[in-house]
Amino acid sequence: MFKLLPDNAATTVTVMVNGKTVSVPQGFTAAAAMLLQGNGATRTSALSGEGRAPYCMMGVCFECLMDINGEPNQQGCLVTVTEGMRINAQHGKRMVAE
Amino acid sequence: MSPPFDLAIVGAGPAGMAAAMTAAELGLSVAVLDEQPEPGGQIYRGVERLAATRPNHLAWLGPDYAAGLELARSFRKAKVEYLDGAKVWQIEGTSAGRLFYKRHSAAGILTAQKFLIAPGAMERPMPVPGWTLPGVMTCGAAQTVLKAHGLVPQGRFVLAGCGPLLLLLATQLVRAGIKPAAILETEINRWTALPRLPGFLAAPGYLGKGLGLLRELKAASIAVHKGVTHLAIKGDTQAREIEYTCGGATRTEPVDLVLLHQGVVPNGNLAWSMRLAHEWDDAQRSYRPVLDAWGRSSNPAVLVAGDAGGIIGAKGAEAMGRVAAFAAATDAGKISAGDAGERANAARAEFAKHRGARPFLDALYRPQQQWVAPPDADTMVCRCEEVRAGEIRRLVTDQLCPGPNQMKSFVRCGMGPCQGRLCGLTTVEIIAECRGLPVKDIGYYRIRSPIKPITVGDLATLDVPRRDDAVGL
Repeated sequence: MFKLLPDNAATTVTVMVNGKTVSVPQGFTAAAAMLLQGNGATRTSALSGEGRAPYCMMGVCFECLMDINGEPNQQGCLVTVTEGMRINAQHGKRMVAE
Repeated sequence: MSPPFDLAIVGAGPAGMAAAMTAAELGLSVAVLDEQPEPGGQIYRGVERLAATRPNHLAWLGPDYAAGLELARSFRKAKVEYLDGAKVWQIEGTSAGRLFYKRHSAAGILTAQKFLIAPGAMERPMPVPGWTLPGVMTCGAAQTVLKAHGLVPQGRFVLAGCGPLLLLLATQLVRAGIKPAAILETEINRWTALPRLPGFLAAPGYLGKGLGLLRELKAASIAVHKGVTHLAIKGDTQAREIEYTCGGATRTEPVDLVLLHQGVVPNGNLAWSMRLAHEWDDAQRSYRPVLDAWGRSSNPAVLVAGDAGGIIGAKGAEAMGRVAAFAAATDAGKISAGDAGERANAARAEFAKHRGARPFLDALYRPQQQWVAPPDADTMVCRCEEVRAGEIRRLVTDQLCPGPNQMKSFVRCGMGPCQGRLCGLTTVEIIAECRGLPVKDIGYYRIRSPIKPITVGDLATLDVPRRDDAVGL
């Protein structure tokens, strides 16, 4: 759905997007890493189960809720990537931690 | 708990940054909280990092974006306590008060004599059939990833809707070598805008910029379908096709990505949650807080500046940020009211220049009924709680549901994670249409804190003294 323009001098950060290792420029957000990774849903609705994906990329729509480093319900567009970050699609409702 | 500040500002966009610098120069102790990792707001999103890592992108993003670099750099040098990545979830108080925020997975409280809220604008929700599908985003979202990350659409994409931002994004992408398959421009209001043209012509640079964008798109041979009256996005698990009607004919085109836009409106949840008095702005077809000429709200401890107080654009927002800072300095006893009046003159004049262009733009791009109150019963209105337009209409007509807050009780409309941000205006427009009343008589959601999601664990990290009258359980 999205690709990176050339001429990017930013150092890269390696993250895991849905279990796949991806290199992204420093300063990327988790939601941007998802968009670069490919098409499709980044979460499923807690109600109907239909697929959703980042919509506003500025923190107001809450469609980019995802699981980051094991913590669900994170607004992916507001989380800056760090080395080794695990970014995963979220399925349905957040579960309360044990 | 941190020591009290004279002024706490929410938002590090043009209004917030300008207000912070001006207030600090006038001797106020200032804190600025912003949920993004870098200053600039959405308009100057990521500008410092872009200048450092992708400087050649500045050329085609244009001088209006590049102007943010100087502002952000000056802001960094100002004597201001800047808390980046801080999500403000509540502000309380009418003479001084407390601000609650979450930052780096810990919650904090900040006390201040005065608050200036400058949370900016957000794109008006544009509910059309299929707008919840992956592969549908806003034009603003595409512009954000372009500025902040150097990401551009891949595959066949269209821009649908209307407004200056849509044209600007299309032009920026074309300059970057990325051509949209088409622009599907929804109907604009040339004839009602025409009488307001003189103000627009008098505002510096606006006409030239507008015509320049149209010229560039024409030169790039971008297909622009004008006067679109119907849109529907189709697909199974992803947007695959867009259906549109213009000139009486309905066509379908394959798409990989649809970018919607129907103008911008104040990002209002913080102002609403503080119970600031609001008024309906019919020209901008949205609510805005009631403000005096200094940005003072109905709450004596709260000022509002920038697009959050009514859409004005970056330069006007910056000017209004300065004006509000003079008001805060007056209230803090740093300068006299007369002195403030004198010193605010230049900023006021700057604001007035940009304000002059608005009536024309507001009229030209004022959204038509079908984009604010979707006629199709299946169109999703509340994306979080999955409430559709037909359901809202049925509840108003058959169940006599009178307003947006009752709609919450009926079907949880507006009660999901986004807390009504993406359905509030649509819901009140539909109710108004069904009841045959103006929107101002319908009101708005009662927005309550926390306006950003926090966990009980977050609350437990707050440094608050135990109350003597606390009841043991």
